Amino acid sequence: MESTAHGLSLTPLARTRAARVNVGDRIFRVVLRLAAGALLLLVVALAAEMLRTAVPAIQRFGWRFLVTSVWDPVAEQFGALPFVYGTLVSSFLAMLIAVPLGIGAAVYLAELAPPWLRPPVAFLVELVAAVPSVVYGLWGIFVLAPLLRTWVQPALGSTLGFLPLFQGPPYGVGMLAAGIILAIMVVPFITAVSREVLLAVPNSQREAALALGATRWETTRLAVLSYGRSGLIGAGLLGLGRALGETMAVTMVIGNRPEIALSLFAPGYTMASVIANEFTEATSDLYLAALIEVGLLLFVVTIAVNGLARLLVWSIGGAVKVARE
Amino acid sequence: MTARGRRVVNHVMGGLTALAAGLAILPLVLIFAFLLFQGASAVNVEFFTHLPKPVGEEGGGMANAIVGSLILVGLAAGLGLPLGILGGVYLAESRDRRLPWIVRFLADVLSGVPSIVIGIFAYALVVLPMRRFSALAGAVALAVIMLPIVVRTSEELVRLVPSSLREAALALGIPEWKVVLRVVLPTARAGIITGVMVAIARVAGETAPLLFTAFGNRFWHQGLDQPIAALPLQIFAYAIAPYDDWHRQAWAGALVLIGMVFVVSLAARVATRGRFSGVR
Repeated sequence: MESTAHGLSLTPLARTRAARVNVGDRIFRVVLRLAAGALLLLVVALAAEMLRTAVPAIQRFGWRFLVTSVWDPVAEQFGALPFVYGTLVSSFLAMLIAVPLGIGAAVYLAELAPPWLRPPVAFLVELVAAVPSVVYGLWGIFVLAPLLRTWVQPALGSTLGFLPLFQGPPYGVGMLAAGIILAIMVVPFITAVSREVLLAVPNSQREAALALGATRWETTRLAVLSYGRSGLIGAGLLGLGRALGETMAVTMVIGNRPEIALSLFAPGYTMASVIANEFTEATSDLYLAALIEVGLLLFVVTIAVNGLARLLVWSIGGAVKVARE
Repeated sequence: MTARGRRVVNHVMGGLTALAAGLAILPLVLIFAFLLFQGASAVNVEFFTHLPKPVGEEGGGMANAIVGSLILVGLAAGLGLPLGILGGVYLAESRDRRLPWIVRFLADVLSGVPSIVIGIFAYALVVLPMRRFSALAGAVALAVIMLPIVVRTSEELVRLVPSSLREAALALGIPEWKVVLRVVLPTARAGIITGVMVAIARVAGETAPLLFTAFGNRFWHQGLDQPIAALPLQIFAYAIAPYDDWHRQAWAGALVLIGMVFVVSLAARVATRGRFSGVR
């Protein structure tokens, strides 16, 4: 008689039963692995398909694609610099507003708010995140842009107009509108992830600081924020990843002009919006390939930003687990 | 710093973070106010039952877009859910060494890929070989967006099933696959349904990946291999058009869309109330 792993011996009948059972389990495991493998394959296929369809543009333009700023479909000249610039500047502007707001809101929700207030506010923040992009865009066109044009931009122009950032005619739509709408969309996301990070900080940290006579805020600053720093950076990066790839709302308020202008009042263009606007109009194969190459760039950048962010957020999760065990 | 100064700083920071939280939810209030103000008057029976009218003619509705969105989301769910739930079960139950880590990481990365890039993928995968925009292509794009959300929530919820339940079933000599299908998944069902609804709410509002897959259509849908209308696409088209009448329709469409998304989100919230509150 054979022995199982548990050191029990089996009768022949039990052995055949065990063998039969194993077949079912084996099939089940194969099916599960296939599902997992499909997911892996999907990401690989995504990268491969984009690369394959972008090849004509990559071969034709090489590195010039990234550093030239002429985008002329008629002459088949494609340089993506204005889009890269627009994406970077609008996302940077958004992060400038969204990171302090998002992390501040998370600190309030996780540490400082009265306990009864936390669940409803957290839920409202979740709802802000659930508003579809196109609805933000609609609101941006008809509410935010006129507001900027008639009030905010003239005021900024007359007070800070000596800076090149705030010069030029107030159109309403433009880089500033895009940055603000992006910030609104990214804040709830940063808040949600930061809150999770803060909640993962062990209570012993807080208790130690409180026992030393620290105030609530000092506890937060010294014990909680410093402990969760890498996770909070990760939350900010996840928000950045969102902002870089956000399409509809930005397309609707940024003005869609492929020029590099220093002023935040001027219209711009982002990588995601040029794809959204021109993809169905791309008549030649090279034009299409150039647009897909822009998408590929966006893909690579967001993967890098998100990968880094996930590692940082996981690191705090892992550290917390170790501390608890 | 004096004790008093420290107390002041404490209160100031409490106030500032509260202000940040207030500013974070302010857009919700503002957007809702404008949606109701601008859109409510155009939401009527005709809006839900009629096709869009040509420019210049008053009235008309977005019935085709609402139906189109339901078809697209339903089809995407059919494609994405089985794979997503199986993937989640794999991540939770597998004792493989490296693959789960890679898959989990890729799922998280995939959830961060911009939806417009996923639209390009669906375009290259479905539209190019079929040589036309189609409902199917749109559904594939939405399914890919759903997948990582479903995978990760089902993993989390399968993990929450107490191992005593699993062990009790295994001790009765029930094979593992039956234990998972008959004991673990039913126990985690409510939570998984929540995850599914969150994923559905997310893709129902997606616009960017549909621009060059589903493409949009001003008429009723004519089959899965043809372009199809979708509510977010219609809102976008109407919002950027230069007609006041269309703008009103866009607001109304946005109100309906956000209503649908919030109802699903709220339902997801209610379904899990109390059940997992101790865990999160």
